[in-house]
Amino acid sequence: MQHVPDLISIFFPPWKNWSFFWDLTVSGLTRGSIYALIALGYSMVYGILKLLNFAHGDVYMIGAFLGWFMLQWLGGPSDPFISGWFVVACMLLFAMLGCGVLGVGIERFAYRRLRDAPRIAPLISALGVSIILQSSAQILFGTGFRNYQTETLVGFSIHNVGDVFFSTVQLVTVLLAGALMVALTLFVARTRVGKAMRATSFDREAASMMGIDVDRVISVTFFIGSALAGAAGVMFGLVFGQIYNLMGFLAGLKGFTAAVIGGIGSIPGAMLGGIVLGLAESYATGYLPQGSTFHDLYVFLLLIIVLIVRPSGLLGTPAIQKV
Amino acid sequence: MSEHDDPRDVGLPEERRIEGIPARPDEATQPRVGVDSWVASHEERRQQATGIGGRIQDWWRRTPPIGRLLVFLVPAIIFPLVSNSGNIYRYGILTLIYALLAYGLTIVVGFAGLLDLGYMAFFGFGAYAYGFLASQHTGRHWQALLVLPVVVIATAALGIILGSPSLRLLGDYLAIVTLFFGQAFVLFANNANRIDFPFFGEVDLTGGAQGLEGVDPLNFFGYKISTNKGYFYVALIMMVLIVTMLHLVNNSRTGRAWRALREDPLAAEVLSIPVKRLKILAFAFGAAVAGLIGCLYSSVQTLDAPGDYDIGLLITIYAIVILGGAGSLTGVIVAALIVNGVPELLRNPNNGRYVFYLGLILVLWYFLKSWKRLLIVLGGALAFGFVVYGITSLVWDRGTSGAPVADPETGANWLATAISHWMVLPTNATQIANWAYFALVLLIMASTLMSGWWRTLVLIPTVWVAAFAWENLLFTPDQINGPTRLLLLGTVLVVLMNARPQGLFGTARVEIV
Repeated sequence: MQHVPDLISIFFPPWKNWSFFWDLTVSGLTRGSIYALIALGYSMVYGILKLLNFAHGDVYMIGAFLGWFMLQWLGGPSDPFISGWFVVACMLLFAMLGCGVLGVGIERFAYRRLRDAPRIAPLISALGVSIILQSSAQILFGTGFRNYQTETLVGFSIHNVGDVFFSTVQLVTVLLAGALMVALTLFVARTRVGKAMRATSFDREAASMMGIDVDRVISVTFFIGSALAGAAGVMFGLVFGQIYNLMGFLAGLKGFTAAVIGGIGSIPGAMLGGIVLGLAESYATGYLPQGSTFHDLYVFLLLIIVLIVRPSGLLGTPAIQKV
Repeated sequence: MSEHDDPRDVGLPEERRIEGIPARPDEATQPRVGVDSWVASHEERRQQATGIGGRIQDWWRRTPPIGRLLVFLVPAIIFPLVSNSGNIYRYGILTLIYALLAYGLTIVVGFAGLLDLGYMAFFGFGAYAYGFLASQHTGRHWQALLVLPVVVIATAALGIILGSPSLRLLGDYLAIVTLFFGQAFVLFANNANRIDFPFFGEVDLTGGAQGLEGVDPLNFFGYKISTNKGYFYVALIMMVLIVTMLHLVNNSRTGRAWRALREDPLAAEVLSIPVKRLKILAFAFGAAVAGLIGCLYSSVQTLDAPGDYDIGLLITIYAIVILGGAGSLTGVIVAALIVNGVPELLRNPNNGRYVFYLGLILVLWYFLKSWKRLLIVLGGALAFGFVVYGITSLVWDRGTSGAPVADPETGANWLATAISHWMVLPTNATQIANWAYFALVLLIMASTLMSGWWRTLVLIPTVWVAAFAWENLLFTPDQINGPTRLLLLGTVLVVLMNARPQGLFGTARVEIV
């Protein structure tokens, strides 16, 4: 009977080492909440414009850089003018504001004229914007890594609940992401602009006939989505330390994957999808063969499987094609 | 004058003919099918170009396909005879490979209207498969005549495997799934040198980040192709074959079905066109072409490196397809010449400066559409530059002490010397040039929002700032080969999509609402 735990652990790896499992879970939740924030922007824009905003991942990258610059302007991580957590708040606000403006600009200059064009045109325009942002970042910031040095800035302390260990930064990231999502849900559900967004997403033309300023609603959507991506960028920098000019590409893909897993166009779906994706990636890194190298491949497989089994996502409604 | 010569006769019975409708101006020349066809051909008539451009277009349209091919083929055959090996590679082979890839992509994007962003993975797969079967690295040396069909079939199969799940989805999902697939391929190629397979042990599939080195040259019937000239002709033969094939396919039943699918998938399905099968067919066909070109590329390079199949190449090929006009066979060649040739010219600073300022003037002319305003903007920018230069030389020593980027061998030419008296060229310009770049983006955005004389006025400093950013930042040796090239391509995609979605040679689609 000694071999029973071994047998179980083949099919259920956490059995033998729960603390490793909890480590993976915490890191997966942290990653997942960042993905969820990116996915929200994707999902909102898709809900309203039926457009895949390829540039979204690069907006997130710009957000990480804006946060880093704010950190430098406030005196750098080792010797800031104001206390550490206040610096973090400033970085988040600055990145969200900057990215929001950037997102509105992108919509205005790259997508607005293409709203009624064939579907392929805005996609290619979005691809172009993505490349412009990436190469601009390379021209302006170089290809090197920038370091947030979070430990110097806010200190590094580990807390635990039983077997589950997590750092302050991880806790703050998950809580803040959760707070942003709650705020967004309330915004969309309760406010006038939120209602206008839902109406526009339901039927753009009808909404404009009901007196809704569709252009403005779309701008607001881009602002909010891009601001969330900016916040996600700063959070990534805080948790993982290093940022660089190509970080947005893969993160954008993952954010999209999260949106698809949750059901694209659905706001709670994007959050759920992000968390699921983060956990899946984390467990794949820990338990699947050569996971630390190929976790992105496993995520890709997950996307394919979800698309085959449930194309409308976990919380999405099946798309009805209107003629 | 019989009854039917009455220009107002649109086929209605005598008593229902409406009085007072003026005759169509071109009624004598147009077939009288009905008013609808006259209305429907409105777009076509409006597009009819006039002047020299229009005459060339007319001539081009009347030339039979063989003649059009010869227009490109004859210079291409002569080119290697009058050029050296390096130029054959940089301008010849690379352009042909880009054009071939763009043709493969044309099948998927241009004919069938599927946005396949993982296309480079098929290209890379073909290249790696060739290297895997014939290279020093793996020790296998299969004959090219055997390898090519195997690789082509394998790539087509991969296309079917990837296409099948994706095509259950809405069109947009395909784009991102394939984009992810492309990234996954690069990741795989980078790391698949130490995969630990169960039962097989560790297997080296791709050589990892170093790539597969020592790939065999192409070898047909014992004749080994070893020079760039030889590869150029092989690529040219492949291109003639593929262009001919595409031309025939495009005019076949399948080609028409693809076009129907591209214009409106739902309507196509209602007309009992087998939509899914055709999509997968397009996917597999495009993939097979990419696999074949992968073999060629792999043997030209004698190396398969994972970085070659990344997003940069994808953007280049998309820029070619879009610039040429998706679906246009002529456009692809011209666009490949532009997209490959211009950045190659930019590599030499002295040529690059001509290219930049000429391009700038062309773009301005296109947007202003008036000689007078073009002259005002250019003259204004010149005057603006001299004023700024004068002020800077008085108040800021470092501001005018830099030198323009010049060819290291021949030194500054007349244009570089002239520029150094007009443009502010600070030493250690990075910081200020970064801000200038930022200002340039804002100025360009502002100028697209304005119209009339305001736009003309805003364009004067815009041109100057563009030249400043170019001379001090984008044109520097660190940037010109990598990011500047991608930046220009990305800008081409965005601007073209907004200004002329049909590309240079495409025909505008009539949107029927």
